[in-house]
Amino acid sequence: MKTTLSRRRLLAGTAAVAGVVLAPGVTLIAAPEAEAKGASSDIRWGLLIDAGKLTPEACDAAVAACNAENGLEPASRADATAQWIRRIDVTDPQTGHGVSIPVMCQHCEYPPCADVCPTGASFRRADGIVLVDKHICIGCRYCMLACPYKARSFGYEDITDQKSYSPRGKGTVQACTLCVHRVDAGGVPACVEACERAAPGAMLFGDLKNPDSEISRRVSQIAVTRIRSDLGVEPGVLYAGV
Amino acid sequence: MAKIEFLEIEGRSPDYYALLGGLALVVVIGLATAAYVDHAGHIVTGMSNQIPWGLPHVFAIFLIVAASGALNVASVGSVFGRIMYKPLSRLSGLLAFALMAGGLAVLSLDLGRPDRVFLPMIHLNPKSIFVWNINFYIGFFAIVAAYLWVSMDWRLTGLSRPVGILAFIWRLALTSCTGWVFGFIVARQAWDAAVMAPMFIVFSFAYGLAVFLLILMVACQWTDRPLGDAVVRRLKNLLGVFVAASLYFTLVMQLTNLYATEHHGVTRFILFEGGVITVLFWLGQVLIGGVLPLILIWYPPFAGSRSAAGLAGGLVVLGGLAQMYVTIIGGLAYPQILFPGKQVSSGFFDGVVNGYVPSFWELFLGLGGVAIALLMIVVAVKFLRLLPLSLADAVADPHYRPAPAAEAPEAKAETAEAA
Amino acid sequence: MTRIIGMIGALALGLAILAGTGRPAPAADGRVPLPALAAPAEGESCVEPADVMRRNHMEFLKAQRDETMHLGIRDGKYSLNGCIACHAAADPAAADPAAKTIEPFCEECHSYAAVKLDCWSCHNPTLTEELRAHLWDGSKKP
Repeated sequence: MKTTLSRRRLLAGTAAVAGVVLAPGVTLIAAPEAEAKGASSDIRWGLLIDAGKLTPEACDAAVAACNAENGLEPASRADATAQWIRRIDVTDPQTGHGVSIPVMCQHCEYPPCADVCPTGASFRRADGIVLVDKHICIGCRYCMLACPYKARSFGYEDITDQKSYSPRGKGTVQACTLCVHRVDAGGVPACVEACERAAPGAMLFGDLKNPDSEISRRVSQIAVTRIRSDLGVEPGVLYAGV
Repeated sequence: MAKIEFLEIEGRSPDYYALLGGLALVVVIGLATAAYVDHAGHIVTGMSNQIPWGLPHVFAIFLIVAASGALNVASVGSVFGRIMYKPLSRLSGLLAFALMAGGLAVLSLDLGRPDRVFLPMIHLNPKSIFVWNINFYIGFFAIVAAYLWVSMDWRLTGLSRPVGILAFIWRLALTSCTGWVFGFIVARQAWDAAVMAPMFIVFSFAYGLAVFLLILMVACQWTDRPLGDAVVRRLKNLLGVFVAASLYFTLVMQLTNLYATEHHGVTRFILFEGGVITVLFWLGQVLIGGVLPLILIWYPPFAGSRSAAGLAGGLVVLGGLAQMYVTIIGGLAYPQILFPGKQVSSGFFDGVVNGYVPSFWELFLGLGGVAIALLMIVVAVKFLRLLPLSLADAVADPHYRPAPAAEAPEAKAETAEAA
Repeated sequence: MTRIIGMIGALALGLAILAGTGRPAPAADGRVPLPALAAPAEGESCVEPADVMRRNHMEFLKAQRDETMHLGIRDGKYSLNGCIACHAAADPAAADPAAKTIEPFCEECHSYAAVKLDCWSCHNPTLTEELRAHLWDGSKKP
């Protein structure tokens, strides 16, 4: 039995099959919208936290505001409760001097969490905000190992009653979003807003790339540090007085 | 040396079916546990935001590292040309495949979203060491399968050296990457070290060979196939070398950290103040996994004993699990340093050593992975010609000389010297 | 060659028969009733015609979610919250009967098609206060 298939027939057949398979999908590729606006690298959102103006109560107010804003509820276990921002009391063992500062995701320029994420769920937006795309997070928790600031939490149990603008769930990783839902609408993060009432001027939010923004003017006048600056990850959260 | 023959095991005895049933039961329990944890959430495990990885990862990474090392036996035969190891290459390939499958099963089932396990293959971040690992694991399966094929197909034996070399290089890269999973993490004092890659390679040699020796001895014992002293002696001596090298790397890593003041905290934690971690390090990794096996392998009163060799293999496996626990959990338990030189405290467990109590679910999941590997081995030797019919000295030892009755002591001395 | 063609032909015939018998018959046929979607509480019409939505809503949502996550474009044409705003309805079977939730609306077709939904593990399906009032505009400008 001869099994010959002429080249012409094979090519024609393949083209026909390919056409039948691909045709339905072509209709779904809409023409690209004219200039989809959105996060741009012309902006770098950042925070300036002045420890000298802070009080422990102001820090607690900022933490409480974040929990309320994002609907963070305690989990069944304290060590499994998500915490996007926390108050850290830092004491110098030699001098005895202590400060309380709020620490959250530092929104690094070179985030180790984004480097290690296998699916790219942990990513840095063009305007500097580091987020977790929970649609593609597989819950491996490797980013939690990699973050130098212990900024990430995991969804250990079923979550309900989420805020409509702050989705989060069981089995995926979550962290401070710099209140991206507020920022994208022109607002400021909830922690900054609450801290402003409790300790005016202690937390400042703004565009670090804009030389005219209040934050840029302030950081050019005072000495600022970054937590673990030796790691070279270039956090977007700057501290003064720590 | 006579031509080695391979034959499927008969596998029809009640004991065989009992073994199959027992392993299958453990596998089913492991899978059911994974389903439960997926449904209820990881809250039912002992893991927390401070210790996000736990006992399942200890088992998984041990199995993966041992899988890579188990292929070493085949490499010694194919790549380095040691004749005695050549008949062992089929079993070595099978063990590598099975252990890797068991380890990956545990790792995949522990994910927060195991339904998305294939996502990293479609939507991947090329900078992630995990993605490199996934690619190496997939390639590992393909290469081991290819290696088994060229080992078993008499028409392709000419390819067994090139494929063996490829497998060897692939393994080195794979195990280095597994070490780099921890070595690349700058955020943790206990890890962030280049030495973790070669250290994991040496660990893999030791754990893989220990598992291989154990399974070889058990398989030959239970199928009444002769296993000569020469093979056992050569394997256990090689195991001794690898265990000694593992101890060396452990020493290098801890001593280096001990010298640098920056790392004093974490080294003090692991070596002295870590509670369970310290006990597992000294008792588990160093004593049970290192010193005791070396004594059993080389100390003259034990050196000739086969049961000592088997026991040494078992102790190395236990020591390996302890080492993985110390590396993974110990590395996570030690607090992250946000403010070097300062004391910190917070409501999110900053500045304190984190506790971890594994739950039974995690143990079942880990054991389920071990059972998957063993089940694959038990089934494969029944349907494929992987286990040699005989590894008696007369058949397997390249230096064997039949001892004439009068010269028996001399011949024994010669073979002992050749081993 | 003939054998191969014969096998492919048999396979195609079998698939055709399956496809033919599998076509959803009107409810009068018996087995499973067709989904009956409730009319939305808000809005005059959906952002796309019903038959377009039926086929492609998953693609629209997927493209929108990537835009929202990576570009921060919220309240786009196909935003999930937009769906909830119109299609949420009071669910007597829910824990809170007065709360409006989109879950029964999506379940109506998804249970028929046996496609499991993953959205509500993270997204809140109810028409919440903040969604109703669109309260997340924030107050202070940077």
